[in-house]
Amino acid sequence: MNGIEQETIDGCAVIRLQGEVDLSWSQQVRDAVLAALGKNARVGVELSDVSYIDSSGIAALVEGFQHARSKGTGFALVAVSDAVRAVLELARLDRVFPIVATVQDVPATTSVPATKP
Amino acid sequence: MTLNTPAPLIEVDKLEAWYGKRRILNGVDFSVNQGEIRVIMGGSGSGKSTLLRHMLGLNRPVSGTVKLFGTDLATASDREKLEVRKRIGVSFQGGALLTSMTVGDNVALPLREHTTLDEQTIRIMSRIKLEVVNLGGFQDLMPSQLSGGMIKRAALARAIVMDPRLLFFDEPSAGLDPVVSAELDELILRLRDALRMTIVVVTHELESAFKIADTITVLDQGDVLMTGTTAEVRAADNERIQDLLNRRPREVQVDADEYLRRLVGDVA
Repeated sequence: MNGIEQETIDGCAVIRLQGEVDLSWSQQVRDAVLAALGKNARVGVELSDVSYIDSSGIAALVEGFQHARSKGTGFALVAVSDAVRAVLELARLDRVFPIVATVQDVPATTSVPATKP
Repeated sequence: MTLNTPAPLIEVDKLEAWYGKRRILNGVDFSVNQGEIRVIMGGSGSGKSTLLRHMLGLNRPVSGTVKLFGTDLATASDREKLEVRKRIGVSFQGGALLTSMTVGDNVALPLREHTTLDEQTIRIMSRIKLEVVNLGGFQDLMPSQLSGGMIKRAALARAIVMDPRLLFFDEPSAGLDPVVSAELDELILRLRDALRMTIVVVTHELESAFKIADTITVLDQGDVLMTGTTAEVRAADNERIQDLLNRRPREVQVDADEYLRRLVGDVA
């Protein structure tokens, strides 16, 4: 069953995605992630119950992460399921996103690497 | 139908194809299940390209049917055909990139045609697919600035940009050096595993075929000689299959009357 749940755990906004994230509702995911980033200092996207994610879903997460970097907001993908990890690895995005095991591990800030001179 | 046996994604039934007076497909039966990597293997003139063209709806069957996702392409409405087209990706042998557009715009084209996604999402999705095919950062180049292998990879990026459930790949290895060819084989396997694509690869490259296939359909002179696992095909007790596997040229049959007729026409 596809769905988005939101709650706050230990001061971290958690967006919990469930089911198959695809074109039919990935824009909803994008809006939810960007809205949470606009209101909170720490955001984790929990993905343990995601059985499939297509590249529109990945694009929503990429946009969220880029937004967090521009504001310095803490951001991470939490408890990434094997199905999601396989898609991240396909594009080597597993080496780009902060991926943590629990909500408590979501960092307080996202640092942006210094621009090259 | 039970839950354990979903309908095949592709069902070809008694398909015949003719070019003029030459029969190219002799009543071919062919089906592909979800999640499978099927290789269609055969030499030139085997009918494999013709079978592919029918599965893409580019040729109309003279007789027999071709169904994708349960939809008969010959009788489907334009709307039904569009729905099918959105769920398939095709990587053509020559790449078929539009030369007037950048690589990035070529890859983004299906998303702009078939979705209402915002431009930022389209840009990210198409660039992710360029990363997947190891062309990250090449979006602003024109196709004329790419090598043959890069064109093939850019075409694959475009074919998979919509995350199709069914991907057709025509001769992935043709004209590529062995390293690039091996990389593409690896990528095909990962696409199936990560994005759950069902993939049909048409090839005459034996090494590539046996590396990526779950199942192989061997075509020869318009006939399906067999469909089986790689092990079953290797072990096949069939002279034509073994000739193909061992790259033995087929002995040309000579019919004297037919031969003379071809050279000088019918004698009055």
